[in-house]
Amino acid sequence: MQITAFWRNVRFLQALGQVAFVLIIALAAGFLYANVSTNLTRQGLTVGYDFLNNPASFDIGEANIPYQASDSYGRAILVGLVNTLVVSILGIIFTTIVGVIAGIARLSSNWLISRFAIAYVGVIRNTPLIIQLMFWYFGIILQLPAVKEAVALPGPIYLTRRGVYMPWFEAQPTFDSWRIYIWVALASIVLIWLIFRWNYNRSSLPIPLWWNLAYLLAPVLILWIGMILQPQPPLLENIPVLTGLNFKGGLRLTPEFAALLFGLVVYTGAFIAEIVRAGIQAISRGQLEAARSLGLSTAQALRLIVFPQALRVIIPPMTSQYLNLAKNSSLAIAIGYPDLFSIAGTVANQTGAVVEVILIMMLSYLSMSLFTSLLMNIYNSRVRLVER
Amino acid sequence: MAAVEMRPPRLSVGPIAWLRKNLFSTWYNVVLTFVGITLLYALLRPAIQWSLTEARWGVIAANLTLFMIGQYPREELWRVWLTIFMLGALIGLSWGVWKDAARGFAFIALGAGFAFAVIGLLLNSDVWMNWLLADAILLALYAVGWSLRARGGSITAVGWLLYFPLIFLLIAGTRFIPWLPAVQTSLWGGLLLTLMLTIVGNIGSLPLGILLALGRRSKLPIIKYFSIGYIELIRGVPLVTILFMADLLLPLFLPADMARPDRVLRAMVGLILFEAAYQAENVRGGLQSINRGQYEAAQALGLSGTLTMTLIVLPQALRAVIPALFNSFVSLFKDTSLVAIIGLFDILRIGRSVLAQSEWLGTHREVFLFAFIIYWGFNLAFTYGSRRMEEALGVGKR
Repeated sequence: MQITAFWRNVRFLQALGQVAFVLIIALAAGFLYANVSTNLTRQGLTVGYDFLNNPASFDIGEANIPYQASDSYGRAILVGLVNTLVVSILGIIFTTIVGVIAGIARLSSNWLISRFAIAYVGVIRNTPLIIQLMFWYFGIILQLPAVKEAVALPGPIYLTRRGVYMPWFEAQPTFDSWRIYIWVALASIVLIWLIFRWNYNRSSLPIPLWWNLAYLLAPVLILWIGMILQPQPPLLENIPVLTGLNFKGGLRLTPEFAALLFGLVVYTGAFIAEIVRAGIQAISRGQLEAARSLGLSTAQALRLIVFPQALRVIIPPMTSQYLNLAKNSSLAIAIGYPDLFSIAGTVANQTGAVVEVILIMMLSYLSMSLFTSLLMNIYNSRVRLVER
Repeated sequence: MAAVEMRPPRLSVGPIAWLRKNLFSTWYNVVLTFVGITLLYALLRPAIQWSLTEARWGVIAANLTLFMIGQYPREELWRVWLTIFMLGALIGLSWGVWKDAARGFAFIALGAGFAFAVIGLLLNSDVWMNWLLADAILLALYAVGWSLRARGGSITAVGWLLYFPLIFLLIAGTRFIPWLPAVQTSLWGGLLLTLMLTIVGNIGSLPLGILLALGRRSKLPIIKYFSIGYIELIRGVPLVTILFMADLLLPLFLPADMARPDRVLRAMVGLILFEAAYQAENVRGGLQSINRGQYEAAQALGLSGTLTMTLIVLPQALRAVIPALFNSFVSLFKDTSLVAIIGLFDILRIGRSVLAQSEWLGTHREVFLFAFIIYWGFNLAFTYGSRRMEEALGVGKR
């Protein structure tokens, strides 16, 4: 029996290669680390996270959690993170609606509507988001009339250069005692879902469609009982009214937030439209025809045969579009919306703690991305084709 | 028996039938059509009215050179023209030699040259001669390529390989050649900067991207997980944070006694590091499309692992990902607009500085629409050319 010499043994060579790779990476990392520490000492900076407790002493245009200039840098970065999350979550919801409508419109048998969708997708996808944002912000929103001559849309929603005013709900004093009913209503939905699943596991017969009405009826019933027991409503509609030089009441979206949300929704919607179109077109016509010949109505065939299959094609690229939207919200800095990137940039500038701030920023975006992928992967594994 | 009088069938051709079929086929399509027409009118009427009467397009005409090349020294302008002439020559040569594959790009280049010449004439500038000259060079080299036919293939390929380093040298200049003095990158700007960043970012990231793709498919766990970690890390964070990092951290990473790289160079490093992760995923797609039989056949012929990769697998994989590479070219072209955030004078930043000029205050719409049109037109043209090339080569679909 012949034994290969060890320097020609594949497994030995593979191990050697990996050890060499690790050594090179370690050397490079060490070299970079040494450089960073010399450079930082030369600039008189120290690495550490103590600066997070120092007062930030700068104002933030809009904050979704309480903040004032005397709060710490850590709090300021948290404000930015929450702002990023708010705009990303709202953006993902609205862009899904816009994208699905545009994707279906592209397949419409109506020539005008499908041309509209093609033009929308073609123009938006081929130009940079940052220019679109600047156009919406500087070119449209800031050029809107002043508060006195606000453009009124039905709702009433007022468009002005100082922001968008729209009706909103205002919590009444009774809101606190109402919480219990809201929680019970939410719990009832979960309970119904559990009962249905238990029933399905027991009998493995799908539930009749109209049983799903229970999801709607149970919470409504519970809230109605609450209404009888506590006649004062918990929320009242609050309509913006022009008083003096400004609108009072309602909800005000700042120009920056409105432009950012609108820009992100329009931009990502164009990409989602293409994904939806491709997903629907990926399902062969034969599927629809076979379903029709089995006696399903067109609506049933679409709901039970075509859409579930299209969803499998759509979900994975949709996930990456959601991630793109969240990442693209960092362009907020171009129009002055205080998101994570812009506040972190300010903090890095003021404190000189560049390395630490970049690490915090990267970790925040990375965990947002990973969390979204995780959620979408769970959803994807639920709609995926079950193979033997 | 009395003849049954039959009504003539409904028209199935002609404009009336087209309208009925495409716009008014069902009641909801009638509603949609009218909603669409109303919407179109509501959007287009003010837009057209604005662009014809209110808009001050003079802001574009007055600053056109600034938009195109930024602060690049005007006496060194010949270098920019030379890169355009060389591009025209190469496109013409490719068209002559490779026919269909390069025809789309050649048409685009000819049309663009002609259109720019007309614009130059309208603006009373003498650049129109240069653009017509570029077109003439393209056509002349087409004739040369046509007469060389297949023999010209290797010349053209070498030409393209040399072109990109050459234009970089030409635009950047060097202190070693007296007639080609160095031009500081801080003077690069406008469309020139955008294109240089796109080209460098794309070509520079390809080798790293290929290595990462091979690493991700490697059987060696350490290399595999390192590649996966790099790719997922980069893809999980926004490009601005990477540019920001390159801008602020790169100087810290270098030895203390070394000269600091300038802004443009730092942005280029950032773009390359970013794009490599995306190129790696493109290339990985190509590698996955290669049949196992190809590896086995190469092994049966006695090729080593490295040779199998470089001679058999990679050429086929890269050919299969040509459409994806074109796509990433277009998307990086858009993404370079983010360098404005770290203070580089690309089209967008130039636009903002133009808006600060006192005579052009409040021309935001004009300036941003112009930038919009540049990006859109370039992407449309590039997509058209690359699709024609993909069709001629028959890649991307089997």
